[in-house]
Amino acid sequence: MSNLDLTSLEQNAIRAVRSRQADGDSMQFWRSLEEAAAAPEFEKYLHREFPSQLAVWEDPVGRRSFLKLMAASLAFAGVTGCTRSPEEKIVPYVRSPEELVPGEPQFYATAMPRAGYGYGVLAESHMGRPTKIEGNPEHPITRGGSDAFMQASILALYDPDRSQTILHRGAIETWDVFVRAMTEEMERLRKNQGHGLRILTGTVTSPTLAAQLTDLLQALPQARWHTFESTVPESVAAGARLAFGRPVDTVLRFDQAKVVVSLDGDFLSGLAGSLKYAREFIAGRRAVSDSSAMNRLYVAECTPTITGAMADHRVAVPPSQIALLAKHILRQITPESSVAVDRELTGQPGPWLTAVIQDLREHRGASIVTTGAGQSAEVHALVHAINQSLGNVGHTVTYIDPVAVSPPQPGSGLHELVTEINVGDVQTLIILGGNPVYNAPGELNFEKLLSKVSLRLHLSDFQDETSFLCDWHIPAQHYLESWSDIRAADGTVSLVQPLIAPLYGGKSPHEILSVLAGQPTRVAHEIVHSYWQKQLSGTDFSRRWRQALHDGVIPQTAAKPVEVPFKLDLSNLVDATKKSLASDQALEIEFRPDPTVWDGEYSNNGWLQELPKPLTKITWDNVAAISPKTAERLHLSSGDLLEVTVAGRSLQTPVWIMPGQADNCVSLTFGYGRTKSGQLGTGRGSNAYSILPAGKHWFSTGTVRKLPGHHVLATTQNHHSMEGRDIVRVTTLTDVQNPPEHPAHATSHTASPQSMYAGFKYEGNAWGMVIDQTACIGCNACVVACQSENNIPVVGPEQVAVGREMHWLRIDRYYHGELDAPEVYFQPMMCVHCEEAPCEVVCPVAATVHDSEGTSNMIYNRCVGTRYCSNNCPYKVRRFNFLQFSDQTTPSLKLLRNPDVTVRSRGVMEKCSYCIQRISHARIDAKIEHLPLVPEGAVVTACQQACPTRAITFGNLANKDSEVRKLKESPLNYGVLEELKTLPRTTYLARVVNPHPNLPVPGAVPPHAPMPARPATGGKAES
Amino acid sequence: MAQIFHPGMNILAKATIFGAIFIIAGIAVAGAAFVRSPYVTQVNVVREQPVPFSHQHHVRELGLDCRYCHYGVEKSSSAGIPSTEICMGCHSQVWKDAEMLRPVRESFQNGTPLKWTRVHDLPDFVYFSHKIHVAKGVGCESCHGRVDEMPLMRRAASLHMDWCVECHRHPERAVRPKQDLFQFGVNRTTVAGVSMEPPLRAATATNFDLLDQSVADLSAPSKPGNAEELGRELVARYGIVTRQLTDCVVCHR
Repeated sequence: MSNLDLTSLEQNAIRAVRSRQADGDSMQFWRSLEEAAAAPEFEKYLHREFPSQLAVWEDPVGRRSFLKLMAASLAFAGVTGCTRSPEEKIVPYVRSPEELVPGEPQFYATAMPRAGYGYGVLAESHMGRPTKIEGNPEHPITRGGSDAFMQASILALYDPDRSQTILHRGAIETWDVFVRAMTEEMERLRKNQGHGLRILTGTVTSPTLAAQLTDLLQALPQARWHTFESTVPESVAAGARLAFGRPVDTVLRFDQAKVVVSLDGDFLSGLAGSLKYAREFIAGRRAVSDSSAMNRLYVAECTPTITGAMADHRVAVPPSQIALLAKHILRQITPESSVAVDRELTGQPGPWLTAVIQDLREHRGASIVTTGAGQSAEVHALVHAINQSLGNVGHTVTYIDPVAVSPPQPGSGLHELVTEINVGDVQTLIILGGNPVYNAPGELNFEKLLSKVSLRLHLSDFQDETSFLCDWHIPAQHYLESWSDIRAADGTVSLVQPLIAPLYGGKSPHEILSVLAGQPTRVAHEIVHSYWQKQLSGTDFSRRWRQALHDGVIPQTAAKPVEVPFKLDLSNLVDATKKSLASDQALEIEFRPDPTVWDGEYSNNGWLQELPKPLTKITWDNVAAISPKTAERLHLSSGDLLEVTVAGRSLQTPVWIMPGQADNCVSLTFGYGRTKSGQLGTGRGSNAYSILPAGKHWFSTGTVRKLPGHHVLATTQNHHSMEGRDIVRVTTLTDVQNPPEHPAHATSHTASPQSMYAGFKYEGNAWGMVIDQTACIGCNACVVACQSENNIPVVGPEQVAVGREMHWLRIDRYYHGELDAPEVYFQPMMCVHCEEAPCEVVCPVAATVHDSEGTSNMIYNRCVGTRYCSNNCPYKVRRFNFLQFSDQTTPSLKLLRNPDVTVRSRGVMEKCSYCIQRISHARIDAKIEHLPLVPEGAVVTACQQACPTRAITFGNLANKDSEVRKLKESPLNYGVLEELKTLPRTTYLARVVNPHPNLPVPGAVPPHAPMPARPATGGKAES
Repeated sequence: MAQIFHPGMNILAKATIFGAIFIIAGIAVAGAAFVRSPYVTQVNVVREQPVPFSHQHHVRELGLDCRYCHYGVEKSSSAGIPSTEICMGCHSQVWKDAEMLRPVRESFQNGTPLKWTRVHDLPDFVYFSHKIHVAKGVGCESCHGRVDEMPLMRRAASLHMDWCVECHRHPERAVRPKQDLFQFGVNRTTVAGVSMEPPLRAATATNFDLLDQSVADLSAPSKPGNAEELGRELVARYGIVTRQLTDCVVCHR
């Protein structure tokens, strides 16, 4: 397969791109270095067109035995037609549950916990088995949207590798024996007031759990509770304490902001409130409805994130420079500020900074400056100071009391716990969730220290690294199996209710704490219920409890804004991050959570492992991202093995050349290098936590060394290439407001098609979709939602490497412009349901056909796998089951399947169906209601439903008032490859950017570059 | 050297060549007959059940409505098999000690469900919905046959695709007035005095720009006629779009 791995050519590619760009021969949009360089190997790869269809002949079967097998197969193939279908059993209920009609799904509101915070979800249940997760429209954070983690959480429930038994020193034990052992231990502890007892949890926002912990600590005054959240460094809270003298949470209101400046803050994905932020940020950006209201985003960051990809102006700066940028901004907007600017800025940020400062000055009270978790406490304090002096506080920035409950005594992080273990103060350690052995900073050496504790207990979903070092391991409940409560980023409380009994007898942290408190018989439902009985006092508790379960939120529990005076004396602010690079080999090393497997929590989740990372499009692996310039300097190509050393600790990881990365910086992601995960997560990539310094922010300096060897990375960035045609269109806000020359109204549908085939007359419903590229943030929620809804299998890294991933919906990432600082554009791409579909006319068995409502359908039972349709598809959206990818044997995975969608077998073609099962359901309901057309809103596709920013609109084109029809009339509307007269039913709205007048226009054609054949703005009529 | 083949063999050779056509045709006919035989289709084959439930007794002799037990038929894709509780609703009072009903009582006491053998089994790639068929005037009898004459349940039709498509091409041959849906052996030929579905809802309320053109002019008075005329009238009144019924995706997806 070496001919499919293009990365080894990259050294030449970088040079070639530079020389092409210098000659003014640059490509408009490109997806990889090889493509931009027009490397001959890439052209060859392209002309092969379907590398996935290469014969992979791995079995050492000879020609003779092959012919024998074929003859036998043929003979048997005839016989299979003569069998009759096997006898099936029907097993009805003994007592049918209330309100359940077999065959119709039910929806329950609950909440998914992630990093301690709640995300309101609606879980779909088919006769008692949850099958799909959607956002809860009533929940203030999700509002019906979701992210990839929420969508994939359903797979975690049925993961066959979940921990299934209680283990005591590796031997299977029963709950009763555990309770007896724990009761004895607690009796001993009670006598000495809990001396030596430590409880370690993640972030706790559950009111019930917090109350249980408080009660336990009151009963045992010598015991301590510590918290450790692997993806929330202490700098965030420390920054607030520095600025205000007390901890507060920051709540941002992006819909009120006209100018947003992000200093290394990935607010569109990394935060507990990101779903809300993404929704509100895009609400302030839609040029379609009200173009004057569009906000402008400036981003300064080290490695490109999805927030950086959305920026109107982005600069790549090393993480250590962020503090300096913040100081400059503060100094410029408030000249009287006492902040000391001890260094001058060098290079790129100059004009960017001037524009930022000008815009911030002009938008006092209507701007937001934000930073990220990985930055130091000082930067957080500076950002608070900037927002204060811009008058944003109270308008776009509010502060609330911390949603997370902190342990009563100060200094209760992991560092303090480590110190106490070191001095021998800890005899009993109860670890409720989390996996600190894997994801504690390597410098703390937590793994070695743990053996100093005499009794260790761990509650977790998997038998992970920590479980193996603990005396007791208790399997945890999945959130769809448990009773609990949890608060969202804005403080709103949701009740967590189970949809299914624990599959493997898992326990919740409430039950473990109840055992510690000497009440081993109390179950989680009783604990949570009785807590809320006290809180929601009043006569109608039962009604309010039921209402809260139904709605998924408890009303009036959101935190109220608090006023906090700014207390920090800025002249004393020490820049803790100021460091100079000692030698040529020394680089800045930046750490961040992985965009798909996060901190390793999801490393055994096949959907998330196979989800291409938004920017690199790598699957199943993590890399060290470096800039093209640094790669040239160090003679590195993507896939080369690199040894990264930080303070004497090192790891080995493949290199990835990342256009847009800051020079002399290496970015690593957490979540890989698991040694004790399930069969999917174990042994992939390298563990960035192992070299993470124990400081309070996520960057450091280190050295790199090239190692011999090359690693083949399973990246999808070159798959399904469309050869630089006019696929993505970009326009500026100015051009939208004052359209140049021809007013652009025409859509592809007005162009008269010239077809060889007789036209098809559409009556009744006509389904169509519009994707707004201005609103797409590339977060991947739709990709996983589609996978979950449509029973799409996972194929594994080897198959991804040869281009056989099965995702019906992919998000193409296009670069534009310079190699070192390109703009990034996301384009969701799936079957566009051509009215004149090229795939349909070439199928010899009519397995892909049109229906009378305009959808192009796959009829799996007819498909014989000729793959002609895929060859003839200009959009490269058809996927073929080369092998038996769907797992049809693992019992727990059978429960996961959507019963309304066929589970495909080997040898069958498949593609986006517009969620035909949902259309069918709505059509039947409309017909029963005697409506002539399916009404607006009755069909919501899985991708549309998942999208947090509402970038995808689907509906009935036959309905005059439908949203989708209005969007199709937008001047921004265009059909991809519409010049082929395929009449796609899915069209796109051109991406609108809002550049500062004094800065170069993103997406603009450089003056020396050849003009594209078609205008860069979308939706121009073809004259 | 003597001839190996006798001249008479010529006739045999010719007969064999000519006969091959019949042999091949015979195999084809036999194959076609086989896949349509009750062995494969299970038509009229009674399957063993935990309780020898008689539809004839319950439907014809006692007059129970189909929906008393199959309560999902108007609400869901699945008609539903009654829970043990529904059986016990009556059988805790009548025939409460009958030996035949022992599995039902045991199921109710132990909480272990009865395991019935499926009689009408469509392939897994067919998505069938009871509720739309019932809503559009296809009665139980059209697919399940004279259930009221079956002491033990059996398949009345092959459930082959050609059998499904026959009706999807000509719905007028199967649809019946609303009040006959759960009746057996009814044969109406007149529209008079028969309640039917209201015509399609007025389009003005939703401001749709596209109305179904196939709906007949409903102001014309109905006149008595033959069964097929009644069928066509019903198809129009139920708002059945016949062309759409043969879209593959209506059943396969």
